[in-house]
Amino acid sequence: MTVFDDMWRYLSTGANWSGSDGIAALLGQQLLLTVTALLMAMVVGLPIALWLGHLGRGGFLAINISNVGRAIPTFALLALLVVAPWPGTDQLGPYGRAGLATLLALTLFALPPIITNSYVAMREVAPEVREAARGMGMTGMQRFWRVELPLGLPLVVSGLRLALVQVWATATIAALVAGPGLGQIITDGFFRSNYGKGIAGALVVAAVALVLELLAAMVQRAVDPTRRGTPSGGHTDALSVTGATVDPPAESVG
Amino acid sequence: MRVTLLGAADEPSCYSRLVNDWVCLDYVSDRQQEIVDATIQHIGITVVSVLVGLAIAFPLALLARRLPRLESAILAVTTGIYTVPSLALFPLLVPFTGLTATTVVIGLALYALTILVRSLLEGLRSVPDDVRESATGLGYGRGQLLLKVELPLALPVVMAGLRVATVSTVALTTVGSLVAYGGLGNLIKDGVLTNFRAELFTASLLCVILAFVLDALLVLAQRLLTPWTKGARA
Repeated sequence: MTVFDDMWRYLSTGANWSGSDGIAALLGQQLLLTVTALLMAMVVGLPIALWLGHLGRGGFLAINISNVGRAIPTFALLALLVVAPWPGTDQLGPYGRAGLATLLALTLFALPPIITNSYVAMREVAPEVREAARGMGMTGMQRFWRVELPLGLPLVVSGLRLALVQVWATATIAALVAGPGLGQIITDGFFRSNYGKGIAGALVVAAVALVLELLAAMVQRAVDPTRRGTPSGGHTDALSVTGATVDPPAESVG
Repeated sequence: MRVTLLGAADEPSCYSRLVNDWVCLDYVSDRQQEIVDATIQHIGITVVSVLVGLAIAFPLALLARRLPRLESAILAVTTGIYTVPSLALFPLLVPFTGLTATTVVIGLALYALTILVRSLLEGLRSVPDDVRESATGLGYGRGQLLLKVELPLALPVVMAGLRVATVSTVALTTVGSLVAYGGLGNLIKDGVLTNFRAELFTASLLCVILAFVLDALLVLAQRLLTPWTKGARA
């Protein structure tokens, strides 16, 4: 198909990769956006969610924030932020046009998976383990740092992994409101009927998304203290639909 | 007195370029047809996508259950698809399906598929083994066991997945505006391009409302389909 020829020609032309709006620069910009937004969401979301999980309060909010976040279209939120008087389309350093609006939207969309997973991670620590730690005379702080956090870490990291992938996807959509990032290549290709270019951009975005996901999966495996590899069955993450319950698991009888 | 009245009559409507209010009922009544059309397109794309996703997810889940070796492969592939951003997935489909609603439906069905396969597998797995054995003991064949025992018992989990898939599909449909089939997303895109606040806000709000309405309908359907859970959970 000729579109694929166009795509290949676009990707194999060195000039398209260099320059201020070349693939390399936009890729760097989108990675910078993704990392910044993820860090911002972690700074805001992790302490609150972990501490609430430790105390066992605010479960309703922590669980439902994911459901609400899912219902709000990324595109609509970005559009509202860009058209509003603030943050608008202002240039923000290396983050490009509408940089602040994009960063805010990305951070907001990274929060739900981080909060829900961190909360559930803390709550899912087995009650017996918690009791044992209390019986050993550990203070609340010690239980949090030495027992609950290490045991809950794989699930916390799985939330971060989901957030990372989601932020990357959202950063692509920023181009629909003429924002920064690799999505520019896609939208530009489409609006000018240069489909080869659009598809080339899409291919790069998709490839990087898969690489990010694989890297995150490796990190997740590395932090699992029990080293069971990828959990199957029983264990849940934010993509799973059953696991996110607030109640502690029912005690077995007999 | 007359002057002020005349002034009031000449006042530009709340969605004119000069005023450009976010919330404007005049806009809604004046452009009613446009908004209704976009909403119908949005609902149509969402419903068809989820149904197509379900139709593919069902045999895949059964296959994955029958052949455990295939299960991890199926889950890996569908999760991989889920990783690809929607703005990248639609263009990758365009060479095959062109700038049509089919492109959007296939893309969204693929995303729904990921969630549905997982929930179908989890749901079928949640059926207690002794129930399955009793049914076999009563003489149920494989097909009957699936249809009359396993599926009804898996329904709560499957419905939970269906709700997640539907709500996210409503939100993702807006990105279809890239190929001009985005339902309310088309209005959002136009709102951004022309700095039309009322259009942008109304369409965004309708998207969120639509997601919650469809979610509520699914909850209702689940109540009707699983009357035996009524007492079990408040």
